[in-house]
Amino acid sequence: MNDKKNDVLLHDYNHDGVNRRGFLKCMAWAGTGAFCVMKGGVLNSYSLSRVSEIGAKEVAGELSFVQISDSHMGFNKAANPDVAATLQVAVDKINALSAAPEFILHTGDISHLSKPEEFDSVEQILKGAHPQDVFYVPGEHDVLNDDGKQFLERYGKGSNGAGWYSFDKKGVHFIGLVNVLNLKAGGLGTLGAAQLEWLEKDVKHLKHSTPIVVFAHIPLWSVYPEWGWGTEDSAQALSYMKKFGSVTVLNGHIHQTLQKVEGNVTFHTACSTAFPQPAPGKANSPGPMKVPAEQLKSVLGITDVNYVQGQHALAVVDSNLT
Amino acid sequence: MRRRVFAAALAVVAVSSISIFALGSGRFAVLAQEKSSTSEVKIDNFSFSPATLTVPAGTTVTWTNRDDIPHTVVSTDDPRVFKSKVLDTDEKFSFTFSKPGTYPYFCSIHPKMTGKVIVQ
Repeated sequence: MNDKKNDVLLHDYNHDGVNRRGFLKCMAWAGTGAFCVMKGGVLNSYSLSRVSEIGAKEVAGELSFVQISDSHMGFNKAANPDVAATLQVAVDKINALSAAPEFILHTGDISHLSKPEEFDSVEQILKGAHPQDVFYVPGEHDVLNDDGKQFLERYGKGSNGAGWYSFDKKGVHFIGLVNVLNLKAGGLGTLGAAQLEWLEKDVKHLKHSTPIVVFAHIPLWSVYPEWGWGTEDSAQALSYMKKFGSVTVLNGHIHQTLQKVEGNVTFHTACSTAFPQPAPGKANSPGPMKVPAEQLKSVLGITDVNYVQGQHALAVVDSNLT
Repeated sequence: MRRRVFAAALAVVAVSSISIFALGSGRFAVLAQEKSSTSEVKIDNFSFSPATLTVPAGTTVTWTNRDDIPHTVVSTDDPRVFKSKVLDTDEKFSFTFSKPGTYPYFCSIHPKMTGKVIVQ
């Protein structure tokens, strides 16, 4: 991938090869079995189970797509007074990729307050992106006041229930799930019985060798339940994936990059294009993290995912906006 | 502090059907402070404060969102007793509790945020 210079350590105060942002990116790896490596001044994130497979080929795969998340169009507070500009920077980064990705996944919180003009702004900005195909799942900010009716009207064509769907690209099966509706007091994200039933049927007919990519807004693993960063019935959903050799779960919501590997499943969360949030438990609340303006773009980003057909390995390379 | 007394005075006026002209009178302001000075709930740092609020029946409780992130105030009961629209920064929601009882509620966007109003 091009232009990773911002991953170069500029200030290594502890002389341990990890700067603060690098630490935020890496901290979840440390305890859960993943490996961060600086190579040629580039911080790449690879799960431990993939370390042996890392190679230049994976960066130039046969299928590549981009994940963006948490645009929060309409947010205008100190943490980022211009979320349209930072989304535009993300689009510019996508357009600068040496080989155009197949499509874009947006893992929710497109808007900040579910206002029609907020969705319109995001669509307008993404019209300038190559590729044009964008697949969405809703975040909780996209379904305010109307239980997701507007989201479904805008993005739910051909989807099931509250907007869940699946599609196939070059042998990879993609599944978009909705876990931001009907949230219960004191609880976490929820998929619900109807969606779980659909999911079980959706993957039943697939060959065990089919690589699966599941994407949803709220993490489908317990990142930090105290802050609601998890999904109540995700274990049930993931139980349907046991037979598959390669399952990758992509989420947003927490506005930072974390990775975890559990058996055949690799979990990733993406940065926000709008504003960063604190690492789990590192603040009183998960509210927007205010960083100096000149640092903001370094904590926002896009995630490029490359899939190499036949190897069933996904390499996730995180890129930030500067 | 002045703001709180004013809001509380509003609550008392609403309850006792006293003419709106009573507003601003020192006497009622003092009364209000004694009777329902905690009829405000702040939403700050992804939590309701106070998380448990005890008020006399008839009190109007006002929630104010002090966070940079929108929240809601939604009754947990079935059927729901009250449900706010989404509250952006500094927006308010008020509800008058006429009957005694315990009223649990949460933020439907961030369901880990819970609170309750005990009406005596």
